[in-house]
Amino acid sequence: MKDLLNGWGITAAVFLPLVGALVMLAIPKSEETLHKVVALVTSLAVFVVGAALLWDFDYDHTAVLQYAQDKSWIELINARYQVGLDGISLPLLALTVLVVPLVIIYSWDHFPEPHNPKAFLMLILVLETGMIGTFAAQDLLLFFVFFELVLLPMYFMIGVWGGEQRKYASLKFFLYTAFGSALMIVSILAVYFLSPEITSGAQAGMHSFSIPYLSEWGGAGLAKTTALVVFGGFFMGFGIKVPMFPFHTWLPDAHTQAPTQGSVILAAVLLKLGTYGFVRIAIPILPEGAEKWAPVIGGLAVIGIIYGALGCLAQTDMKRLIAFSSVAHMGYVMLGIATLTPFGTNAAIFGMVAHGLITGMLFFIAGSVKDRFHTLEIKRLGGLLLQAPRMGWLLGFSVMASLGLPGLAGFWGEFPAILSAYQPAEGLNVALFRVFMVIAALGTVFAAGYLLWLLQRVAFGTPTEEFEDEHIHDMHLTDYIAWTPMVVLIVVLGIFPGLIFKVTNQAVVHALAGIGG
Amino acid sequence: MLTHVWIIPLIPALSFVAILAFGKKLPKKGSEIGIASVAICLVLAVTTGIGWINRVNHPPESAHGEAAAATLEGHEAEATAEADHTPADATDQATTEDDHATEATASEDAHATEDAHEASGEAGATEDEGHGTEATSEGDHGEAAAGGEEHAEGEEEHHVTPPVQRNVTWFETGDVTIKAGTLVDGLSALMLVIVTFISLLVHVFSTDYVGGDRRETHYFAFLSLFTAAMLFYVISDNTLQMVVGWELVGLCSFGLIGHWWEEKNNSDAALKAFLTNRVGDIGLLIGVSILYFAAGHSFDVLKLNTMANAGEIRHSLLLIGSLCLITAVMSKSGQFILHTWLPDAMAGPTPVSALIHAATMVVAGIYLVARNYGVFFNGLSIGTANVNALAVVGCVTLLFGAFLAFVQTDIKKVLAYSTVSQLGYMVAALGVGAWTAAIFHLFTHAIFKACLFLGSGSLAHHIHSFDMKKDMGGMRKRMPITHATFVIGTLALMGFPLITAGFWSKDEILAGAHMLGGDGGYKFAVIMGLLGAVCTCAYMTRAYYYVFMGEPRGKSAEHELHENGPRITVPLMILAAGSIVVGYANLPEKVFGIGVPESLSLRFEHFIEPTGVYFPSADNNFSHPEFVPWIALVSALAIIIGAGSAYLWYWKGKGPHGITQRNKLARGGYKVLENKYYLDWLYTDVIVGFIKGPFARATNWFNQNILDGIVNAVGKGARQVGGFVYNRIDQGVVDTVVNASGSGAELTGQGASKFQTGKVQAYAAYLFLGATILAAIFVVVAS
Repeated sequence: MKDLLNGWGITAAVFLPLVGALVMLAIPKSEETLHKVVALVTSLAVFVVGAALLWDFDYDHTAVLQYAQDKSWIELINARYQVGLDGISLPLLALTVLVVPLVIIYSWDHFPEPHNPKAFLMLILVLETGMIGTFAAQDLLLFFVFFELVLLPMYFMIGVWGGEQRKYASLKFFLYTAFGSALMIVSILAVYFLSPEITSGAQAGMHSFSIPYLSEWGGAGLAKTTALVVFGGFFMGFGIKVPMFPFHTWLPDAHTQAPTQGSVILAAVLLKLGTYGFVRIAIPILPEGAEKWAPVIGGLAVIGIIYGALGCLAQTDMKRLIAFSSVAHMGYVMLGIATLTPFGTNAAIFGMVAHGLITGMLFFIAGSVKDRFHTLEIKRLGGLLLQAPRMGWLLGFSVMASLGLPGLAGFWGEFPAILSAYQPAEGLNVALFRVFMVIAALGTVFAAGYLLWLLQRVAFGTPTEEFEDEHIHDMHLTDYIAWTPMVVLIVVLGIFPGLIFKVTNQAVVHALAGIGG
Repeated sequence: MLTHVWIIPLIPALSFVAILAFGKKLPKKGSEIGIASVAICLVLAVTTGIGWINRVNHPPESAHGEAAAATLEGHEAEATAEADHTPADATDQATTEDDHATEATASEDAHATEDAHEASGEAGATEDEGHGTEATSEGDHGEAAAGGEEHAEGEEEHHVTPPVQRNVTWFETGDVTIKAGTLVDGLSALMLVIVTFISLLVHVFSTDYVGGDRRETHYFAFLSLFTAAMLFYVISDNTLQMVVGWELVGLCSFGLIGHWWEEKNNSDAALKAFLTNRVGDIGLLIGVSILYFAAGHSFDVLKLNTMANAGEIRHSLLLIGSLCLITAVMSKSGQFILHTWLPDAMAGPTPVSALIHAATMVVAGIYLVARNYGVFFNGLSIGTANVNALAVVGCVTLLFGAFLAFVQTDIKKVLAYSTVSQLGYMVAALGVGAWTAAIFHLFTHAIFKACLFLGSGSLAHHIHSFDMKKDMGGMRKRMPITHATFVIGTLALMGFPLITAGFWSKDEILAGAHMLGGDGGYKFAVIMGLLGAVCTCAYMTRAYYYVFMGEPRGKSAEHELHENGPRITVPLMILAAGSIVVGYANLPEKVFGIGVPESLSLRFEHFIEPTGVYFPSADNNFSHPEFVPWIALVSALAIIIGAGSAYLWYWKGKGPHGITQRNKLARGGYKVLENKYYLDWLYTDVIVGFIKGPFARATNWFNQNILDGIVNAVGKGARQVGGFVYNRIDQGVVDTVVNASGSGAELTGQGASKFQTGKVQAYAAYLFLGATILAAIFVVVAS
């Protein structure tokens, strides 16, 4: 079992969804139930593989790459099929393998127009390959391939199954992220060529895309301005994906137009690709560049917190409001990363998982509200607690989690990020970061404001005349199955934050080894 | 029990889950689970209290021996006797821990070893405990030593009773271990008893009061959750856990204020409460962060305060930290200018107002200060100053809150502003250094204010109105028990001399303001406190007049009023009795020259006030006030003036009635009060209105038109360039990509239009081409 996992565990997790998608390709479009079953079974199989990886993981040495595989891929440029998991990628992998089956279950009777489960589910599976691959890749080029692979299925998902302005939204999403990727590939090539050649072993004399290798190098001997500029490329690539202010405008459109499933995956996993990139690639490889960029990142992060909150207050559409809240929440994650401290970065990874679960939940609920009321316009809604009490309570729960209530997962991404901004890593401007801290703390008030206001308008009060006499179906069976694990995790992680901190801590300390030295 | 207090909050937490799960199916809608769990908690809390009293009477052997020497020698040795987290120097600590080990029982062996680890001060040691081992400091020495030790009375005054701390690793980050644990000393034991006691009575009261309510089950579930959160809060041994409890009680407050959320007023009030508290929480989050770093990467309360008292933390840090925390106190404990949510919180069911918005949750802020008194005392230089932020906030609140109580027509609003004012007394007491007086007042206030609130609930139970002017009057004879208990509660609130609890506690605060602090004491606090007492008596007399005197008006005239059933009256009677009895818990040593027997005097101070280095001592200029005869006399006079003038005004019709119509100044003043100093207008209409309205809309406009405008313009430009490139560039490159995506589009069936995908390919190709060229240039230049 252990050998099997070591040899094939990650590869199986990455490519099983693709296999499932290929199988579905062979099945005629009309066999809808079969498609659903195949997709679900595939995603569950991936979940089982993921669970086995989680089970067998050596939690005492989370800084060490586990289940590592290193095979030759494109020999000419020494790009390799190098994969592995450590404490930073493990929680995100777990999040991914969990969310995808839940989304498929949720979809069961909820396929958005124009229906077509075959294509829809195939896209989700391809997406899963891309996401897992990104978290597992330890080779920059491989990472880039997976990172880009994610783009296409999401583009089609929004462009085909989306709302009224789906074409605009999908195009914007694609181009904006592709633009960031373009700059990122420049930086990838730059570190490839600028890092020293490998001196020993079979690959001696070649440059390397290997992330561990490059992290060890850590930009040593690089001119300061070079490090600054190369980091800038990564910053654009990852920052747009996060998204950071002012590169966030693709997000509200993409989220609002995407079908519920797309929004959930987008919020739960896709946004994390950006923040993950910072922690995995940009900072360890270019610690000096990171130190130079940290004030900028921190500044944009706190602007994003306030700006996103204000944007939320102005929204009239529930889904768009939730979308905007991601800008604010990812601001906390980026603030934690910008401090370049272990506590801040741990909090950031916690924040990624927490945001994935919580905002995922909010999108699920928004999707179900839309399904029942055929609108998400806030002023037409009201009294959800009366018509669909369970959904109403869950909305209340998710809102509380989202505003960072202690005891639920959101808190542990938020408060430690604020706390660690008080004393950022050595060499950073302390006064500046303390200003960030105060602004971020102010943001918690705003967050409570727009979220509770949303809750008040949607769930409290009495139904509007329009829906007064309508019978609203409360939760379906698929809703129960899809939402329960997320709710449970939000509570459990809120009470036992150590579950994630324990996994990430050593790996984070390792990743920040180059900071301040 | 002292080491297992964690069970106490766990019980109502489980009860919360149980009520939610199957409360609706039970005959009493889940209230029985709630009552049972809180009753068990009360028993356990009392047991804890008794355990603590035993511990004070018979302190653990080694600690006692150490401490006797320590009080003379200084703090370091004392710190070691204290707990495993005090930053005393390692050698001293190690020896003390050895003492522990010798007398430790088998189960404590592990902890003794652990202490030794910590004493050696190595980070490596913390790794060992990362797997759930529990560090018990002190253990049950209290009970163990209870056997034979006899202590001379005189010695009692000096000995140190170490608090019982117990914690486990919560999580690790970097090389810091964050722990979760419990801390039991007199203060937390007292809070446990207060919370469970009031909570139980409120539960019983509620079974009648909200019986048959549309959401009875949720109501009791939230009561349980609240009780759990509050208990969790008071036994926390670190500030991080306090933040958790602090916010959770806020959540319950939100849920219960908005209990009848169908009406917008109620949900507005709930939102207001939560958001106002969030404003204060900015201070909490920042303050806790600052103190975390100040205490050397630790949230531990004992460590933090020990360091603060020993002068190991820079004064400026303590000052800023405590100022930040004062903001939090202002919101949670309804201090002036962040008090505005508290009166609105009366939108919730009345028993909730009694429990949460009078007796327990709102004193969370007081508790925060009391728990971290080392920080506040030293940070604000309370012992040597004549004025400080805490005292000012308290005094302003006690007076301004009392003014507002005058103009209310709603009995609950009167009581709410009275609560604001009384909380002001507590904050002021802490501000002047009268710690014991503050906590004593917290204790007595919890009881008599709960009595008054439940009394108002009892009055309104049938008429469903709290309007004194319109719907009450003449209730005296029709509801005799409610009347009698209300009168006792009122007298206690006024501080009726010698027989009521309120007198003793309020008097101590005033005496403290007079005697403590730098030369001359806190004069302004004495004056404002006395003025506040006059106002208190006057507005309560007014309320009494409207409710109980005269002829029934409005709804009370329409209804056949009769006294409520036992589930309402019994809690009232218990609380009324308490309003008298508890005052004797802390009699001064001398009253008007008459000595009080030692076994009766200052019992409260003796058992509740923490001893040891985590609490300010004489070295930090901390001292205790004594009974001051003239202050007692003046405050008695204040009662006569306040109550007397109100009597003349309302009963006898004396005084300048109608002055508000005649005199411009009086009218203006009345208007300011009526509009609550325009604070609500400022907050809701001006600040929130601006942010929610124009400011948010402007931001959104900026987002849609400026930021997105740029993006769209870039997109358009790229499309033109792309078109240009598409037509000119080698068709082979583009073709490949187009074909690939063409099949992709077919795959989706509907597909985005060919035209569009074409564009995407063009941009993508263009971008990647550009990127490659850039990369090439870049690499050439850089190397």
